[in-house]
Amino acid sequence: MTSSDLARTTDFHAADFDAIVIGGGHNGLTAATLLAQNGRRVVVLEAAANTGGAMRGFEFHPGYRSAGLAHIVNRLDPEVAKLLKLDTSTASGKPLPTVALSPNGKHAVLRGAYGETIDGISPAEAKAFAAMRKKLMFQAGILKRFLKRRPPEIGNVAMRDLGAFAGAGLSLITKGREEGRDFLRMLLMNAADVADEYLSDDRLKGLVAFDATLGIHLGPRSPTSLLGFYYRLTGETDGKTGAQYIPQGGMNTLAPAFEDAATAAGVSVRTGVYVTRITADRGTATGVILGTGEQLNAPVIISAIHPQATFLKLCDTAELGTGFVRAVGNIRSKGNVAKLDLALDRQPAFTGVSPDDHHGRMVIARSIAHVENAFNPAKYGEFSPDPVMEITLPSLANSALAPSGGATLSALVEFAPYDLKGGWANGKAAFEKIILETLELYAPGLSKSIIASNLMTPADMETHYHLPGGHWHHGELQADQLLVNRPVNAAAGYTTPLSGLYLASAGSHPGGGISGLPGLLAARDILSERP
Amino acid sequence: MMLEMNTRRALQSHIATPRFETPFHPRIAALSETSDWYTWAGYKAPHSVFDEELEYFAIRSTAALFDISPMVKYRIAGPDAERYLNRLTVRNVAKLGTGRVHYTAWCDDHGHVLDDGTLFRLAPDTFRLCCQERHLPWLLDSAIGFDVEIEEETMQIAGLALQGPTSFAVLCKAGFDGIERLKPFQLADFAHDGGTVTISRTGFTGDLGYELFVPAEAALSLWDRLWAAGQLHGIRAIGYAALNRARIEAGFIVANADFMTAETTLRADRARMPDEIGLDWLVDAEKPNFNGRKAILEARRNQTLKHVLVGLEIEGNIPADGAIVYHRKKHEAGLVSAAIWSPLAKRNIAIASLTRPYGTRLNEDLWVEIYALRELQYQKMMKRARIVPRPFIKLDRRAASPPAQF
Repeated sequence: MTSSDLARTTDFHAADFDAIVIGGGHNGLTAATLLAQNGRRVVVLEAAANTGGAMRGFEFHPGYRSAGLAHIVNRLDPEVAKLLKLDTSTASGKPLPTVALSPNGKHAVLRGAYGETIDGISPAEAKAFAAMRKKLMFQAGILKRFLKRRPPEIGNVAMRDLGAFAGAGLSLITKGREEGRDFLRMLLMNAADVADEYLSDDRLKGLVAFDATLGIHLGPRSPTSLLGFYYRLTGETDGKTGAQYIPQGGMNTLAPAFEDAATAAGVSVRTGVYVTRITADRGTATGVILGTGEQLNAPVIISAIHPQATFLKLCDTAELGTGFVRAVGNIRSKGNVAKLDLALDRQPAFTGVSPDDHHGRMVIARSIAHVENAFNPAKYGEFSPDPVMEITLPSLANSALAPSGGATLSALVEFAPYDLKGGWANGKAAFEKIILETLELYAPGLSKSIIASNLMTPADMETHYHLPGGHWHHGELQADQLLVNRPVNAAAGYTTPLSGLYLASAGSHPGGGISGLPGLLAARDILSERP
Repeated sequence: MMLEMNTRRALQSHIATPRFETPFHPRIAALSETSDWYTWAGYKAPHSVFDEELEYFAIRSTAALFDISPMVKYRIAGPDAERYLNRLTVRNVAKLGTGRVHYTAWCDDHGHVLDDGTLFRLAPDTFRLCCQERHLPWLLDSAIGFDVEIEEETMQIAGLALQGPTSFAVLCKAGFDGIERLKPFQLADFAHDGGTVTISRTGFTGDLGYELFVPAEAALSLWDRLWAAGQLHGIRAIGYAALNRARIEAGFIVANADFMTAETTLRADRARMPDEIGLDWLVDAEKPNFNGRKAILEARRNQTLKHVLVGLEIEGNIPADGAIVYHRKKHEAGLVSAAIWSPLAKRNIAIASLTRPYGTRLNEDLWVEIYALRELQYQKMMKRARIVPRPFIKLDRRAASPPAQF
């Protein structure tokens, strides 16, 4: 029986819900919450035992828990936070520092919102960094105007889009012609050239190179890699652009907060149920079929999972156009980041890092060349022999993550290509050894304190989080897969060729990270399209 | 690594054969008096064989053999073949019975026609799709999510069209027992040369006629069998010029002659929806989803269709090929893509693409401007044109079952 056959045997008027959300990640929950707050009957279907998506935590060793893939918040949208009634002041606490680690123990520490002040650098370098920060934040601010709205539809530009264009133009003009020229000059540059232009301190350059390419298959010298850095600088927390924090009580409190908000709004959340089919008939989505064979109908289906899984696994391709299926198949979505969780028997001590700064983010990226050289092997399906990484100590924010006296360490490590030559089953142990040796250089004695470790490669993420390609962003965050082309042109802006089927995952505009924006914007779009 | 010269040459042997020869080429070359060849999809094909005029009259008066081997052919087989083709093409394949053939078209996601062609249902789960252009990448990408095998068989399968009033008699004489049972658009397998030949009662002439498909190895024996049987029935080998006249009379369109296929157009406004090239009748809006459905139905609903294909009857006897169509002799309304003086209809006929509302709402006062080059001087003529239904000719023998013997 084909999906269209099934659809024909279904009574369309017997809609079980006003909207069905596939995927209980933070975007799916955000969309569901907004819809429910507007009086819609919404169900969220989550395949795993718990909601939270990539923020879904797990116990990786008896007594030791990981908070999932995300270990710091740097772009949770204020409106999303408000929607969820997250008390931002208690949730966020103070902005956390970023420590750009140096092998000699003399680190640069960025304080405030992405280095409002920096410890450990020369006054001249501080001035240079401030100039770069100002320039890039201004430019990111122009791009940001487009991140909190549905991407404009080419060939059908609406009045509200013209407003955004005009606003962007105006903010450029008012800063003078020079700024406009610089914006166009820099927009598609590589991060390394921009860092070289402003900075001379390798620790800061390395940090910029790292932040520009984290989660993206580009090296700092790859063209357009500056976009990744802009994206980082479009994030704001507590009204501060570029700031980062860990919620009070730890990252592991965030996923339940999303679910609580949804439940409070009246959303019914069903976990442990996976969708096997999105039913459709001649261009209109009609419902979903669950693994149990149960069918649920609704006029609105919101897929908050990877676009490729949505269209190539859940939809009958007969209901989609060949060109569309081709485009979806061509979405580049192969992850490059591995996540390491360590169970430790004592608090780790990084040489030269003050006890307080251990609460922040520590980055190992010695220079631009370090990041670039770490990326190079990834092009050929090999992991970095000298990887770059960012480290947090989650149990400092929530002691419950480890037994008393113990601690946890979380690291996002690049580059770990999804398609490792020879397979991860063979390569994982060697990569883990390299990571641990690297950490030992910065925190001597760390290896002796390790009780257990859990390394998740992109291949593991794919399995554990149903994340095709193990890519957090649900598709490369690069120029050709942004805005009107995210995830593909015919499905940009949350609507899809299937009427009634909407997208709301990181694979949609504006992209990944814990922002909630794809979910928020998708729900808004649905509310305005179907009042 | 540099390869040795001889190895490189061997890998590039195709450059020694810029044009393929079809399996029937030895026979046609032997018959060719005009040595008038053109290139059809990479094959050397006759434009004429002995006399364009007489070849046309072979189609209409006796029997004409036309080599259709260069036609692009795909075999589509598997449990999902029907479902696959129903999504690929605009017509309802569920209504195409086994042993039947239908004319169809397929579109891209924007509802623009990629090609038209004929679909043969050889078995419940096996089809042959014949068309003008090559589409393997599109067909393969369309197969994502379907249990279906697609194979191009253009080279492996030789094709012959046998068209004309005596074509049935020729096949009877050649010993294809049971051929009398074939109704229009029906097909059947017949024994030939230790294997089989698939014969369908189809063609591109609007006349009584058949198309025969055999493995390339059996091509020459098939030709010889028909040729021998046709001697007393006026069988002639013909080229494309004669066939083109017949197809214009029949009102058939040719891809990349009467409309541009979506994948070959360079200019965005040249692609056409089925409704813009007279193929609206193929589109089945009730059947399950198919490529271009949404766009086509939207264009119909929003009345954004820009063009229309029409048949024209033009005063006088000068073919208006390539002429511009005017409304009230002033406003440009479209273009003639094919035109002949029809010997059978005794009318000056043409196929033209008009820009709506010409051809839909404004149907009167149409003119074509014909430039006739006469000894290095153009004679310009403004001739009245009238929109007439296609086909321009209708022959009872085309559909008569069983067809008449001669």
